[in-house]
Amino acid sequence: MTDNIIEVRDLVKHFPVRVGVLFKRTVGYVRAVDGVSFDLKRGETLGVVGESGCGKSTLAQVLMRLEPATSGTATFEGRDILKMKGGELRKLRRDIQIVLQDPYTSLNPRMTVGDIIGEPFEIHPEVAPKGSRAKKVRELLDVVGLNPEHINRYPHQFSGGQRQRIGIARALALRPKVIVCDEPVSALDVSIQAQVMNLLGDLQTEFGLSYVFIAHDLSVVRHLSDRVAVMYLGKMVEVGTEEEIYEHPTHPYTQALLSAVPVPDPELRNQRQVIRLEGDVPSPVDPPSGCRFRTRCWKAQDICATAEPELVTRVANHPSACHFAEEKSIVP
Amino acid sequence: MTTTRSEVDFEETARVPGAPLLEVDDLFVEFRTRDGVAKVLNGVSYRVEPGETLAVLGESGSGKSVTAQTIMGILDMPPGVITGGEIRFHGENLLKASSRRRREVRGSGIAMIFQDALSALNPVFTVGFQIEEQLRLRKGMSRKDARKRAIELLDQVKIPNSKGRVRQYPHEFSGGMRQRAMIAMSLALDPEMLIADEPTTALDVTVQAQIMDLLKDIQVERNMGLILITHDLGVVAEVADRIAVMYAGRIVEQSHARDLYRKPGHPYTQGLLDSLPRLDLKGTELRTIKGLPPSLLNIPQGCPFNPRCPRVQDICKTEVPPQHRLAPGRLSACHFAEELISGD
Repeated sequence: MTDNIIEVRDLVKHFPVRVGVLFKRTVGYVRAVDGVSFDLKRGETLGVVGESGCGKSTLAQVLMRLEPATSGTATFEGRDILKMKGGELRKLRRDIQIVLQDPYTSLNPRMTVGDIIGEPFEIHPEVAPKGSRAKKVRELLDVVGLNPEHINRYPHQFSGGQRQRIGIARALALRPKVIVCDEPVSALDVSIQAQVMNLLGDLQTEFGLSYVFIAHDLSVVRHLSDRVAVMYLGKMVEVGTEEEIYEHPTHPYTQALLSAVPVPDPELRNQRQVIRLEGDVPSPVDPPSGCRFRTRCWKAQDICATAEPELVTRVANHPSACHFAEEKSIVP
Repeated sequence: MTTTRSEVDFEETARVPGAPLLEVDDLFVEFRTRDGVAKVLNGVSYRVEPGETLAVLGESGSGKSVTAQTIMGILDMPPGVITGGEIRFHGENLLKASSRRRREVRGSGIAMIFQDALSALNPVFTVGFQIEEQLRLRKGMSRKDARKRAIELLDQVKIPNSKGRVRQYPHEFSGGMRQRAMIAMSLALDPEMLIADEPTTALDVTVQAQIMDLLKDIQVERNMGLILITHDLGVVAEVADRIAVMYAGRIVEQSHARDLYRKPGHPYTQGLLDSLPRLDLKGTELRTIKGLPPSLLNIPQGCPFNPRCPRVQDICKTEVPPQHRLAPGRLSACHFAEELISGD
């Protein structure tokens, strides 16, 4: 067996756009994820970055089997996630867990913290026999840095950062192998964000977890990821190690994205090379022909409108989906 | 229709010559709630001059938006109560001004843009109508002139096809375009001062960069004072001239942008900078500020930051630190500010 815990090939997820009141007609498709392939290695963190609407959260939902895929394959330890049923699917849910962005809406306000974290054991009693559940929940609270005494409190009695810790404890309850983190620190203040990021890092070492880490904040992604995939309009445009993406980006979109991130150092003001993209991301219902980025790209040529660039290695030893891929140093 | 209404927009009488554009002086605000009295602002002071950008930096609940709302006179009262201090615009204390006078200042003196453009715009009126409304009411313009001016304003904020866009509704605009439309609206009455409350927080990073560039250009062009309220240390570093850092309803440090990043004068600022993941540095462990911000219902005795401070001493638990002047234009509310700046 390979060292890849998850392998995704040509994954597609289209959402139909329907109109009409009584007789619904499908008039088109939102191409949320449109042919994405990647591997997640055991014990690594794969960062997925992109702007809103690029399909990164849909990707998470398809991997979790919360949404059926339109086509393509995704395997977990060699078994096809998308075809699993019954007991096998239940087993998968133990192995892949998710941490969501909003700690305010992802916890049931009527359940105590103990019930929230203990609920996975109701569905998977084989993990913790009834008598040992309270003890397990206390252990989990301790692991994520919360006071085990607070097991009977309700979510509203906790701050945003503490709630995110509760969400992480719930994800850890079944001892998963993979955790999909969908913008886990975006809603948190800077000082709390750092605490939660450190916690995620520590838990990875302690439990040997693999993360799919989805975020729009490129600094956060760099900090936690071993490898990074950049998405634009349902496609992956560049994949590489953290260093390859941040130090040697070759896709114009990656370069523009990196250049747009403000650097917290006033000394560098007006000294950095800035690439400003014009306009907005096109609609995923009707994406541009050929290369999807061409409408905002300063390098666009005729070929970009006719031929879709493959995600292959052209320069700099990592794959990039651009006909004119070229290394450029952006980050100071 | 009266054509002279724009003339009365500014009764020059109340202005004090030579006074700063905007001065917030020792402002205190409380929220009287069922759970008790939340001390939201506890002596906030800052000033802004024409053409200057002051960044007000702080985490949720630090009071940065409440200060802005008090300046604009849009604070919800109740539960809010202003218990002390002054807000002077050209030397005139706005807190003592009549509600009519405050209306005059709002929009043409000080304008404001908000984080969430979709909820700040009215969904049932066209974008053009919302810009023209103020021109017609406040400047007495005709429909036709107002429409012309609205199109010019949309051009100024670089909205393509402004003639068509002016007839569209907010939902037909993308996030970045909505924020541009709101900026156009705030500029309609040619304000001398603009307050931008987290203007780019809800936007994607490439769009955020566009909007910050636009704000900066407009400010320079019009020599406007700009208060930029944000929690993003990166955005602040790119645009601010001066920075005020807020914590638990107080300004804990005030400084020129470069000095603050080079050598923070308050342990809280230091902690914020340390806990920031950097695009240009791959770190291993982030240094964090331990604990949580205090509840405003129950602010700790002495320095409000003392339970989380790595340098805490006995004096910090009993005495509220005064503002130490570290250099011209540089203040820090830490008992050990001088040591922090000079030491290690």
